[in-house]
Amino acid sequence: MSNHLKNLKLKIWRQDGPNTSGRFEDYIIDEISDEASFLEMLDVLNERLISDNKLPVVFDHDCREGICGTCSLMINGQAHGPERRTATCQLHMRKFKSGDEIVIEPWRASAFPIIKDLMVDRSAFDRIIESGGFITAPTGGAPDANLIPIPKPVADAAMDSAECIGCGACVAACPNGAANLFTAAKINHLNVLPQGQAERYKRVEAMVETMDEYFGSCTNHGECEAACPKEISIDVIALMNKDYRKSKVKNRKELSRG
Amino acid sequence: MAQTITKRGPVSGTAVTRSARKRKPFLLDLYGTAVGKKYAMAITGIGLIGFVVFHMIGNLKMYMGASDLNHYAHFLEKLLYPILPEKAMLWILRAGLIAMLLLHLHAAYSLTVLNRRARPVKYQSERDYQVASFASRSMRLTGIVVLLFVIWHLLDLTFGAGSINSYTGSKDAEGLKDVYGSVVFSLERVPVAIFYVLANIMLGTHLFHGVWSLFQSLGWNNPKFNKWRTGAATGIATLVVVGNVSFPIAVLAGIVG
Repeated sequence: MSNHLKNLKLKIWRQDGPNTSGRFEDYIIDEISDEASFLEMLDVLNERLISDNKLPVVFDHDCREGICGTCSLMINGQAHGPERRTATCQLHMRKFKSGDEIVIEPWRASAFPIIKDLMVDRSAFDRIIESGGFITAPTGGAPDANLIPIPKPVADAAMDSAECIGCGACVAACPNGAANLFTAAKINHLNVLPQGQAERYKRVEAMVETMDEYFGSCTNHGECEAACPKEISIDVIALMNKDYRKSKVKNRKELSRG
Repeated sequence: MAQTITKRGPVSGTAVTRSARKRKPFLLDLYGTAVGKKYAMAITGIGLIGFVVFHMIGNLKMYMGASDLNHYAHFLEKLLYPILPEKAMLWILRAGLIAMLLLHLHAAYSLTVLNRRARPVKYQSERDYQVASFASRSMRLTGIVVLLFVIWHLLDLTFGAGSINSYTGSKDAEGLKDVYGSVVFSLERVPVAIFYVLANIMLGTHLFHGVWSLFQSLGWNNPKFNKWRTGAATGIATLVVVGNVSFPIAVLAGIVG
């Protein structure tokens, strides 16, 4: 049996466009099932706003099953809200109580400019991926499975990093607005695998330096790991730092060979 | 709240062809990025931690009496003498420390500027931090307090600026600089002793996060020793704080003096 939450007070950030100033607006949700997801709760609010001839709250969402990394939201001062290892889409209203005040803000970082209301432009992440988050592989028929032997622990380590859905919670949660967890996860995912070796060092150098153009720096608070819906460990940041140091030496050597 | 991305990074995928910044000397090139600056923070941090630990251990000599401490100070002034002139080695070491401190400060300052720029519009509601500790959140504050303390401490016990410590520079019965006497003179003043205690607690807080953090910054991450990192941080911070705080307490309690 589902229960219902009553009288939720929402304080939602409304902002008309990228270059306008925003403000919090208050809304009341009279009643909502505790089985509703957080985004469904916002859907209910938006239906009401639309029927009242008001503009609905703009927020990012897509798969709603925790794998696409589109949803965001700073909920009560926590990226993706109070549930650990969960993106906003899989946060359920049972995490809240009747009468709670819920404050909802967009991610805030200079690299994530607000488009409207709660929606931000995360294309700075794309710039990082474009600079090195890929491998060069021959196209053609699909290769046989297990053609390249990979030890199980290595495959697992790569998978732990590859879990990153690029939602940006790490940047949002970081007191410095740093994207080290995202970048390190994307680097480490390829760098531990044999397929990633050819471009390993130019990947690290390019991705770290592209990251540097948009984001803050890591001071090892660990907030990113706590906010990450995939709980990616900050160990990957140390691995990135190590590979960055190596890449600076190795790439220079490669260059001087030319 | 104007926030738009004005700068688009080069889409190259090939670090080895980005030659513009490659012309810089290696270390400057490395220092040019935030990750490189964190290396500088960590390496200078290790040097300064080394000094702080050594300084504390050296000071323990005061429990062995005035003569021992003064001879130890004299020994430091005569390091490598007569290969080098008296105090030369001491000043070489001091120059190294000053250089490390300046680099540490510069990296901290430029990273702070970078971080402020990365979030020009703060969260308008209250943040609910999950794991960031008091130590990690207050590195700038504790760092500045420690810096001011170091300046005071040098004026007090190293150079003996007149009104701060008029005793510093006096000689003991054997004709050596009476370091022991200066320490007692300084720490018998209760407000000064309290300042020393508070500043050292700040130093300990700074060291706790600093020691843990440097493993990450230097990329020293190994599942086999990761669990030791917090222990190392607690151990070093505790060692330094307990040692250093014991001196003003010992002087006020009359154990030293």
